[in-house]
Amino acid sequence: MAKLTIDDLKKIKEKAQKETSLRSGEATVKVTVHMGTCGIAAGAREVMDALLEELAESGRDDIRVVNSGCMGMCSSEPNVTVEMMGQEPVIYQHMDRNKMRQVFKRHILHGEVQTDFALARMQ
Amino acid sequence: MSTYRTEILLCGGTGCRASGSEEVKAALKEQLEKQGLQQEVRIVETGCNGFCAQGPVAIVQPEGIFYQKLAADDIPYLVEEHFLKGRPVEKFFYKEQAGAETIPVMGDIPFYARQELIVLKNRGAIDPEKIDEYIARDGYLGAGKALLEMTPEEIIEEVKASGLRGRGGAGFPTGLKWEFAGKSEGDVKYVLCNADEGDPGAFMDRSVLEADPHAVLEGMIIAAKAVGAHQGYIYCRAEYPLALRRLDIAIGQAREYGLLGEDILGSGFRFDLDVYRGAGAFVCGEETALMHSIEGKRGMPRPRPPFPAVQGLWKRPTVLNNVETYANVGQIIHKGGDWYAGIGTETSKGTKVFALTGAVQNIGLVEVPMGTSLREIIFEVGGGIPKKRKFKAVQLGGPSGGCVPESRIDTPVDYESIAQVGAIMGSGGMIVMDDRTCMVDMARFFMDFIQDESCGKCTPCREGTRRMLEILNKITQGRGEPEDIELLEELSTMIRDSALCGLGQTGPNPVLSTLQYFRDEYEAHVYEKRCPAKRCPELLEFVVDPDRCKKCGQCAQACPVEAIQWEKKQTASIDKNKCIKCMSCIAACPFDAID
Repeated sequence: MAKLTIDDLKKIKEKAQKETSLRSGEATVKVTVHMGTCGIAAGAREVMDALLEELAESGRDDIRVVNSGCMGMCSSEPNVTVEMMGQEPVIYQHMDRNKMRQVFKRHILHGEVQTDFALARMQ
Repeated sequence: MSTYRTEILLCGGTGCRASGSEEVKAALKEQLEKQGLQQEVRIVETGCNGFCAQGPVAIVQPEGIFYQKLAADDIPYLVEEHFLKGRPVEKFFYKEQAGAETIPVMGDIPFYARQELIVLKNRGAIDPEKIDEYIARDGYLGAGKALLEMTPEEIIEEVKASGLRGRGGAGFPTGLKWEFAGKSEGDVKYVLCNADEGDPGAFMDRSVLEADPHAVLEGMIIAAKAVGAHQGYIYCRAEYPLALRRLDIAIGQAREYGLLGEDILGSGFRFDLDVYRGAGAFVCGEETALMHSIEGKRGMPRPRPPFPAVQGLWKRPTVLNNVETYANVGQIIHKGGDWYAGIGTETSKGTKVFALTGAVQNIGLVEVPMGTSLREIIFEVGGGIPKKRKFKAVQLGGPSGGCVPESRIDTPVDYESIAQVGAIMGSGGMIVMDDRTCMVDMARFFMDFIQDESCGKCTPCREGTRRMLEILNKITQGRGEPEDIELLEELSTMIRDSALCGLGQTGPNPVLSTLQYFRDEYEAHVYEKRCPAKRCPELLEFVVDPDRCKKCGQCAQACPVEAIQWEKKQTASIDKNKCIKCMSCIAACPFDAID
C-alpha cells in the first residue's frame, strides 16, 4: 500500500463510513421483511436475499433492512413493509424476488408506490 | 454482491472475554452459518464497551438493541429468534433491578445515558483491529491538520487553550509540558506514552488501548510534531496481552498507511513508534523509573530536577504522557481547543474516565465531564450499592490516593476539589466501599501493596512503609497499642516529606485519609479490640446473637467445615472448636446476627 495523502485519508473515511453506517449513519428508509415461520415458509428468505442484493447495488447507506416476526396475516406472506421518512408505511404482500426488485427500484429509489402488490397503507 | 443488514457489536474487552465472549463469538459464527445468515449479519468484535458487570455484552445495529450476560448456550435461540425471525429476545435485555421493566435500547440505559464520551467515543463502536473504522469516525484528521496546517507553536497553543491536564494523576497542564520539551535544546527528542497502569482496581488505560489504540497513536504523532521528536515508545505492562496485541496491529496498520514512518501524509515529517513491554513493577509508572526501564536498567526513580522535558530518556528532552491524555489530543486538534475547554469546570477541562468497581451495582468503565459529583457517578451511573447495603466511602487514586466518606460525597470530580477532601484524582480508579468494609483493613491492604512494590532505593519508603505495615497488621490482629495511632501519623508525615519519588511520598495517603475520616475505627480496633465492620477475623467472636438471628439457616449452609448447628426454627450456634474463622457465615447472614 502506497503512502497516504490527506485526500486518500478522506477517501478512506468516506468509504469506511459507508461500510459502518449501520452504527452511526442517519436512516431515511426502513424496509421490514416479516420473517415469522409462515413468512420463511412462503419464501421470505429469497425476498430478503434479493433485497440485500439490490441494496448493495444501489450503494445507499441510509436504507435499513430489518426482519421482524409474523404480522398475523399469514395467508398474505411474504410481507414486506416499506417506511420512507415523512410518508406512511406501505405493506406489500405475496412478495417474491422479482416483486422485491421492482419495489426497491420503483418505490424505494423513485418514490412510486407499487399499488399492485400493496396490501394496505397503514394509517 | 450483497451487503450486511445487521451488525452484532460484540464486546471483546478483557472483562467480557473473561466472562466468555470468545465462546459466544464462536457460537454466533456457527449459528449464523447454520441459519445461512453469514452474508447478512456481521459480527464485529469491539474493545471494552464499559459495562463490564453485565458482560458479555453485545449491541445489535441498526436497532441499537443491547444484550447482556450472553452465554454460548443461549446463542442458538438468540440467532433463531432475533436474526432469523426478527424477534429481539427480551430475556437478555437489561433491567435496572429484578422485577423492573426491561430496557432494550442501549441509549436508554442510565449507565450509558449519563456519560459523555470523548476518550471512549469509539468504545464498542469500532473494530479496534481495523484502522479504516477508526478513520471513519474522524480518525487521524487531527494528525493530518497538525502535520499539514500547523506549526509546533500553534499545536502547543491549541492544547494549552483546551486546558487539558495530565490524566495520569498529577494533573500537570499538557500544553505547558510540551512547551518545555519543545524549547529544550537538542536534535534528538522522545515522546513516551505511560501505559504502565498499576493501581489496584484500575483498568482505564487498558480499556482505551484495547478499544481504540489508534487514538493513542494519533495523540503521540501530534505530540511528536509539537516538540520535534522522531521516535516514540509506549511503555505497556506485559500483563496486558490483549492491549499489546491490538497495539502491535494498530502500529503495523499505521505504518502500512504511512501514518508512521517517513514523510507522514506528505508533510515531510517523520515519526515512528515502538512498544516497550514492562515487567509489571508498580514503580515503573513513575516517570524517571519508567525511562530507566526503557534504557534497560533496573526500574528505579532518580531525583528531579533535571526534569524529563530537559533530560529524560537517554538524557534527551522527553515528553511523557499517559494513555488517556494522548487519547484526547487528536480530537482537541480536530475540533479545536475551545470546544474542549467548553466542557468541565474552571480549572479542570474535558472529561475523565473512571474504572468504577467495588461495592457498586454497575461495575465498569465510565466517562463523565469534569465537575460531575461523586454521588452522581456512584448512584446514577453506577446504580448505587448492591444488596441494599449502605455506602461508606469511595477510594480514589489507588495506593497514592485517599478515601472520601459519605459526608463529602457531593464533591465534584476536578483536580482541586478532590485534593481538598484528602484524596487525589489519580489515574481514575474508583473503588466503592459499603458498610462491610473495614477502613483499617483497607489501609493495610494498600500499605501491603506499597511496601511490596517499593523499589528499595530510599530508606523512608523501603523501611518506613514496612514499619507502617507491621503496625497495621498488629492493629487488625487485635494487638494494637495506644501509641500506635500516633506512631502511624508520625511515620506517614516523615515518609511523605522525605521519600525520593511519588510512590513513597504518596504511599501513606491511604492511612492518612482513613485516619482523617475514620479515626474511630482505628480506636475501636486498638482500645476495644473490636472491628466495627466485622472484617478482621481475629477481632470477631463468631457468636450468634439470638435476638437478631431469624433462624434462616443460611450461615449453616455457607459454613465449609460444618461448625454451625442449626435446625428449622432454631437459633444457629457456632462450635468454636471446629470454626476456622473463614468469615463465610458473616458474609452469608442477611441480618448481621454474627459478631
